[in-house]
Amino acid sequence: MGFWARAKRHPSFVLGAVLTLLMAGAALLSLFWSPYPPAEIDIPNKLQAPSAVHWLGTDSLGRDIASQLLVGAQNSIVVGVIAVGIGLGLGVFFGSLASARRGWVEELVMRAADFTFAFPALLSAIMLTAIYGPGLVMSIVAIGIFNIPVFARITRGAANAVWAREYVLAARTSGKGGVRITLDHVLPNIASQLIVQATISFATAILAEAALSYLGLGTQPPQPSWGRMLNEAQTQMFQAPLLAVYPGVAIVLSVLGLNLLGDGLRDLMDPKLARRR
Amino acid sequence: MLVFLLRRFATFVLTLMVASAVVFAVLELLPGNAAEIILGDTATPESLAALNTKLGLDRPPLTRYASWIGGLVRGQTANSISYDTPTAELIVERLRVTLPLAVLAMALSVVLALSLGIYAASRHNGLGDVGVMAASQVGIAIPNFWFAILLILLFAVKLQWVSAGGFPGWSEDDGGGLWDGLKALILPAIALALVQAAILARVTRSAVLEVMREDFVRTARAKGLTRRQALWRHVLRNAMIPVLTIMGLQFANLVTGTIVVENVFVLPGIGRLIFQAISNRDLIVVRDVVMLLAAVVVVVNFVVDVLYALIDPRLRHA
Repeated sequence: MGFWARAKRHPSFVLGAVLTLLMAGAALLSLFWSPYPPAEIDIPNKLQAPSAVHWLGTDSLGRDIASQLLVGAQNSIVVGVIAVGIGLGLGVFFGSLASARRGWVEELVMRAADFTFAFPALLSAIMLTAIYGPGLVMSIVAIGIFNIPVFARITRGAANAVWAREYVLAARTSGKGGVRITLDHVLPNIASQLIVQATISFATAILAEAALSYLGLGTQPPQPSWGRMLNEAQTQMFQAPLLAVYPGVAIVLSVLGLNLLGDGLRDLMDPKLARRR
Repeated sequence: MLVFLLRRFATFVLTLMVASAVVFAVLELLPGNAAEIILGDTATPESLAALNTKLGLDRPPLTRYASWIGGLVRGQTANSISYDTPTAELIVERLRVTLPLAVLAMALSVVLALSLGIYAASRHNGLGDVGVMAASQVGIAIPNFWFAILLILLFAVKLQWVSAGGFPGWSEDDGGGLWDGLKALILPAIALALVQAAILARVTRSAVLEVMREDFVRTARAKGLTRRQALWRHVLRNAMIPVLTIMGLQFANLVTGTIVVENVFVLPGIGRLIFQAISNRDLIVVRDVVMLLAAVVVVVNFVVDVLYALIDPRLRHA
C-alpha cells in the first residue's frame, strides 16, 4: 500500500493532520480577514458574552476574542517555524559533522549538546530578556537554541547508522568525500526521522512561546498571542471566566494536532516500529 | 565502575564550569555595561561610575569571574541590587516554597504515572489502555500554566474552596502554618504534575510492555509465576531504567514549570524571585538564580546517570 493509502487509515495521523490544517488555515485566513481588527479597543463593549456580533465575546478592553485567537495562530506558527528552523539548520549541520568526522569532533559536538540541555528555553529566555528586554525575537532565539542539541543528537545517531551501511562504503571507494556522501546518502536516509522530530519540536515551541508570552517575556502588545491573552484573562477571572478558557483550548488543539501528526508520521514512515508498539 | 564514576564526575564538573562561563558571559560581558542596563538610559555618568565601582565592574573580567565562582562555592554571594541582601539569603528563603512544591509535584507525578502506565500495560490494547493513552496525549498538550488557571477557575472562583493564590507561610508567626502552607501548594503541585505524569505514564507503559516480551519473563512465567508476580518481581525493576532516564530529562521541565506556575499562583518562590529580578533589572539576582537552576539540572542528570549505572551494570561499560 502507498503512503497516502496507509495514512488515510491511520487515526492519529488523520486527526493530527486535520487539527494542524485547522491551525494553519486560521493563521492563513487571518492574514486576509478577521471579524474585527484584533487590536481594536472598544471600551463601551468590554467583557461582552459570546453573541452573533462577537462570536466568543470581548475582553476587558472590548477587543474581539475570536479575531485575537485567529491572528494569535500566526504568532504561534511564526515562532514554531523559525525556532524549529534554527534547531534543524544548525542541529543537522553539527550532527552530520560529528557523524562524518567522528573522533574529537564528534566528542566535542556531543558534549556541547549535553551542556546546552542545562539551559531549558525558559532559562535562556530569562537571561536574554534581562539584558535586551522582552520580545518575540528573544523568545524565538531562546527556543531555537534549545532545539539545536535536540536535532544534533538525532542527526548524529541516525547518521552513524547510515555511515555503517555497505552503500556508503561503496560510495567512499568510488572516491566520494564526506560532504558528498552526507548530501547524497546520509541526509535523504535520515530525513523521515528529522521530519517527525520537527513536528514534535514545533509543538514544544508553541508551548514554550505561550509560557513566555504568559510571563510577559514573549510577544508584546498589540500583537495578539495566546499566552498573553491568558495572562490578561487571569485578572478578569471572576467577571469573565470564559476568557481564560478559549486561548488555552487553541493551544491544546494545536499542540495535540502536531503531536498526533508526529506520532502518525513515525508509524507510517517506520512500519517496523509501529508493529512493536 | 570506579573509572565510569570518575569519568562521569569529570564531565559533570566540566559542564558546570562551562555553564557558569556562559551565564557570566551572557549576563556580564555581552551587554557591554551591566550598570547601564540596571540604571537605564537616563543615568548620569557619575551614578554609572559609582555603580560600576560598587558592583566591581571596573575590575578585569577574569578576576570578576573568579570572585563570583569563589563566592558561590563559599556561599558568600554578592548583594542583590534591589533588596541589598546577599542573593544566597534570598534564594534560601525562596527555596522554602519552591523545594516543597517541586518535591510534591514530582511525588504526585510519579505515583500517578506509574499506576497509570502499569495499568495501561496490563490492559494492552484494551479499553483501559486506549483510554490512558488518549488521556496522556491530551495531558502532554496542556500547558501547565493554563491547567493551573483552570484549577483556580474551578476551586477558587467556582467552588471557593481555596484562595486564588498567595502563600500564608510555614510558621504560625507569619499567619500561616504547616497545613495552610501545604494547602497553598496543592493546586500548583497538581498543575505541575499533570504534564510530567502524562509523559511518564507513556514511558512506563512502553517500558513495561518491552520488558514483558523478554525471555526471562517467559522463563519466570514457565516456572509457575502468575502474570502479576512476574510483573512485580521481574518486569518493574527492569522497566525502571528508561523511566528513570525520562524522569531525569523531565526534571528540567519541572524546574522551568515551577517558575511559570509560581507566577500563576503568586507564590513567593524562586520563580517569582527571578521574575521580579527581571522587572527590577537586578542582574545579580538573575545571574545567581539562573546559575542555580542550570546547576540543579546538571546535578540531576549526573545523579540519574550514576543511578542507572547502579541499576544496570551493562551501562557502565557502554
